[in-house]
Amino acid sequence: MTYEPKDLKVVGTRPVRPDGVDKVTGRANFGADHALPGQLVGKVLRSPYAHARIVSIDTSKAEALAGVKSIIVGEDMQDIAHELSQSGESAIDVHDLSLNVLARGKVLYDGHALAAVAATSAKIADDAIALIDVTYDVLPHVVDVDDAMKPDAPVLHDDMFTKGLEETPTTASNIASRMEMAMGDVEEGFKHADVIIERSYKTKAVHQGYIEPHAVVASFGEDGSAYVWCSSQGHFAVRDLSAKVLGMDSSSIRVIPAEIGGGFGGKTTVYLEPLAIALSKRAGRPVKMTMTRAEVFRATGPTPATSMDVKIGATKDGKIVAADCEFRFHAGAFAGSPVGAACMAGLTPYALENARVVGYDVVSNTCKSGAYRAPGAPNGAFSVESAMDELATELKMDPIELRHINAAEEGTKAIYGPTFKQIGCKDVLVATREHPHYKSNLGPNQGRGIASGFWFNVGGQSNAAINVHEDGTITVVEGSPDIGGTRAAMAMMAAEVLGIDYDRVQVVVADTASIGHTDGTGGSRVTFATGMAVTNAAEDVVTQLRTRAAATMGVDVDDVVWQDGAAIATKGDAGSLSLAEIAATAARTGGIIVGRSSINAKGAGPSFATHICDVEVDPETGYIEILRYTSIQDVGKAIHPSYVEGQMQGGAVQGIGWALNEEYFYNEDGILENPGFLDYRMPVASDLPKIDTVMVEVPNPSHPFGVRGVGEAPLVPPLAAVVNAIEDATGVRMTELPVTPVKMLAALDARKEAAE
Amino acid sequence: MARIVLTGDLARRFAGKDTEIKVAARNVRHLYQLLDELYPGMGEVFASRALAVAIDGDIVADAYLEPLEDDTEVAFLPAIRGG
Amino acid sequence: MSKIHVTTTVNGDPTEFLCEPQETLLDVLRDELQLTGSKEGCASGDCGACSIELDGRLVCSCLVLGAEADGREIETVESIADGEKLHPVQAQILEHGALQCGFCTPGIIVAAKALLDRNPDPTDTEIRYWLAGNLCRCTGYDKIINAVQDAAADLRGEAS
Repeated sequence: MTYEPKDLKVVGTRPVRPDGVDKVTGRANFGADHALPGQLVGKVLRSPYAHARIVSIDTSKAEALAGVKSIIVGEDMQDIAHELSQSGESAIDVHDLSLNVLARGKVLYDGHALAAVAATSAKIADDAIALIDVTYDVLPHVVDVDDAMKPDAPVLHDDMFTKGLEETPTTASNIASRMEMAMGDVEEGFKHADVIIERSYKTKAVHQGYIEPHAVVASFGEDGSAYVWCSSQGHFAVRDLSAKVLGMDSSSIRVIPAEIGGGFGGKTTVYLEPLAIALSKRAGRPVKMTMTRAEVFRATGPTPATSMDVKIGATKDGKIVAADCEFRFHAGAFAGSPVGAACMAGLTPYALENARVVGYDVVSNTCKSGAYRAPGAPNGAFSVESAMDELATELKMDPIELRHINAAEEGTKAIYGPTFKQIGCKDVLVATREHPHYKSNLGPNQGRGIASGFWFNVGGQSNAAINVHEDGTITVVEGSPDIGGTRAAMAMMAAEVLGIDYDRVQVVVADTASIGHTDGTGGSRVTFATGMAVTNAAEDVVTQLRTRAAATMGVDVDDVVWQDGAAIATKGDAGSLSLAEIAATAARTGGIIVGRSSINAKGAGPSFATHICDVEVDPETGYIEILRYTSIQDVGKAIHPSYVEGQMQGGAVQGIGWALNEEYFYNEDGILENPGFLDYRMPVASDLPKIDTVMVEVPNPSHPFGVRGVGEAPLVPPLAAVVNAIEDATGVRMTELPVTPVKMLAALDARKEAAE
Repeated sequence: MARIVLTGDLARRFAGKDTEIKVAARNVRHLYQLLDELYPGMGEVFASRALAVAIDGDIVADAYLEPLEDDTEVAFLPAIRGG
Repeated sequence: MSKIHVTTTVNGDPTEFLCEPQETLLDVLRDELQLTGSKEGCASGDCGACSIELDGRLVCSCLVLGAEADGREIETVESIADGEKLHPVQAQILEHGALQCGFCTPGIIVAAKALLDRNPDPTDTEIRYWLAGNLCRCTGYDKIINAVQDAAADLRGEAS
């Protein structure tokens, strides 16, 4: 369905979301808010070592403890061959997933699960965990990505032979794969450069930081079917991945989506769910499991630590002649970091003739990395946008001007193959340059940085049904967990198509048995793809309404138009019938009216964003204060502007945290030292100024309302925007994140000493 | 004839370098079969789901029956994961 | 090890429960009393998702033992609306779209109301520092601050 501009009554306004009252009164049920009669509490035994062989596990004492009803260990899980399971828009290796859920043979990181217990109370479950005797053979470990690539590094998997090399090696290593993308001839290109910037960058692992820990209640019935209540970005993925891990049929598992307290990509896979189902099966009772905050940090999926080299060359008039990058990402204990996306996204805002990106996916003794909002792109953009900033300084050119000269536009070929159609890259740059923030003055110790970013956005599978009730109200049934206000957007689009009041629309996020497969809430896809399904379903309803009205009014259906919530006869004086009137007699005109749509949406269209950041750096403490922040993004058409602004603001703040404070601290034993919110320091309200947003609304031609995905692009520019601002304020180029006050002060002091 | 853009590792492994070829395929599934004939072994890469397909710049997941017209541009890229 | 018998007042209602010595007030509210509006985000007093008022004082219920509730008065997010009528803080958060996932929202509402009960005309900075103990990962706090300002204006009887 393509975009058609029209006068809009509901879309573009800011109504209260349908689930709003429940969420401000504490009535909304999140993952841990559910309980079933007779439920047990499940807990997990986790490895205290970064790398060790499991010599033996003795659960006899735990089993003997009164109140313990079931225990599972790795040996109880079935062996699964390597297979990429398409769970939504991503591909997960189910073999690796199964080993991550419960270790077998080896534990690969501090926190790796190796046994699970269900007991009649949390206290008894904890006591039972302590009674499980494990004999470990501790092995040398490696955490840092560059160290993990060295030939003498401890090897995690002896069946890992680097893919993507000219010749497959015969010695196992930690390098899961190498990828390369290139266009033109970089060596030749660099020969024509007047200025070359060559720099290395490092980032640490950071966590999505959702405030709600993972939680699940699972009940395995005597008929071999399981009921699972959990908060997840993708309950269909929970069903299918749990089925694969446990060797069950998908149809035997019904997953009911709880409200979800944040995900950002971190809740698109399974951790506790297969364990809870397996424990419930053994015990014959429901099992509830929740993660502690420490478990969330130690054993879910933070984003990779990275080590990156970027070389960019340009002529003195600012035209980039060559760009060459190498990205080394650590995937954690199992292969599969988003280094590919980084390779594809980092240089994509620029039209280049000669470019090469090489990416390494490397394993190390840390928890398996997960998706975090535009996975891979923030890292790629951090390095490229920092280098672009240095290039602008060397060329004595305005940083926006440099980007504008080289900006990708319609007809540009991306390094990963396709040619762009209409995109908003230049529009966003122009809007940035004209914004009052960009022209405002700065004081002493203050600086301004800008950075751009790109994200693909996906479409994917969505299902929707619209039930028209006898009283003329409607219920939209869809399968996308509402993580950021999407119920409101669905209600608005349905109300708009049907021409009825927003208040007449209810939205239900249905479970896996009650609506067709819907890919997860993530990938910037819900308002686009599920919105498209809902719009299509509403159009289906309109067709049926017109048909019923035509029959009732005694006219031809082609002579009936739908307008302002009513079927209007265009010929003669048959008059009109409102939706409520048609619905009231639906039983007598053919039966209840239900609209449906099942789609694999295409045409999501990419997002471009540019951010402006002002900082002040205290020369005595190294403390970096964000003074002012503006986020500019091409957002397509904003269905509910408040929630689009919310995505832009939230992503910017996550980026500020990533740039300035957040990191995983591993000690020399490979143990995570800061698995809590005190020492894993995320931004709080007092750290921040207002985050201003500019929504550049160029409708996406592939969506009936012009929607473009917006959720992920906001995290791509901030890292470099902050670091570029710091450079502007201090003259010091920080290349390693996070730029904590300690590091900043050390850099300022080093520069002072060098000057003396 | 659809215009097939082979880049990156897929191109290096099977064609030696980045290549653009024209293939008369009805849809993506047919294209996979024809490409496997031209480059033996490429079919397995497609079957492993490690790659996504971009048709005229649009990333499409599981695109088997996507029709390919004349001058449709098809590119392959590592499957990316949203978050 | 036997459970401790506690007599207390929760949201204005006389309440009795049994709890283990090590159980926190948050555990008790959620598991014994089925008041799941207060959330566990960290169980270490760092995120504020479990915020309640204990004898009129804003606290993290995960840092209070269930047994400590004996003889005290507890107010949770469930008591903030007056029947069907939302408190201005709740209403303005909805108006502004100042929530995305909604998990931190109960804690923010309890904390914001506690601020406005004490300081009816706070500056943005005062609001930000008061709410510094409430982590929100989704919104970047921007709309929350605006919502609290407008709620303050509502409570002062001004048009917002």
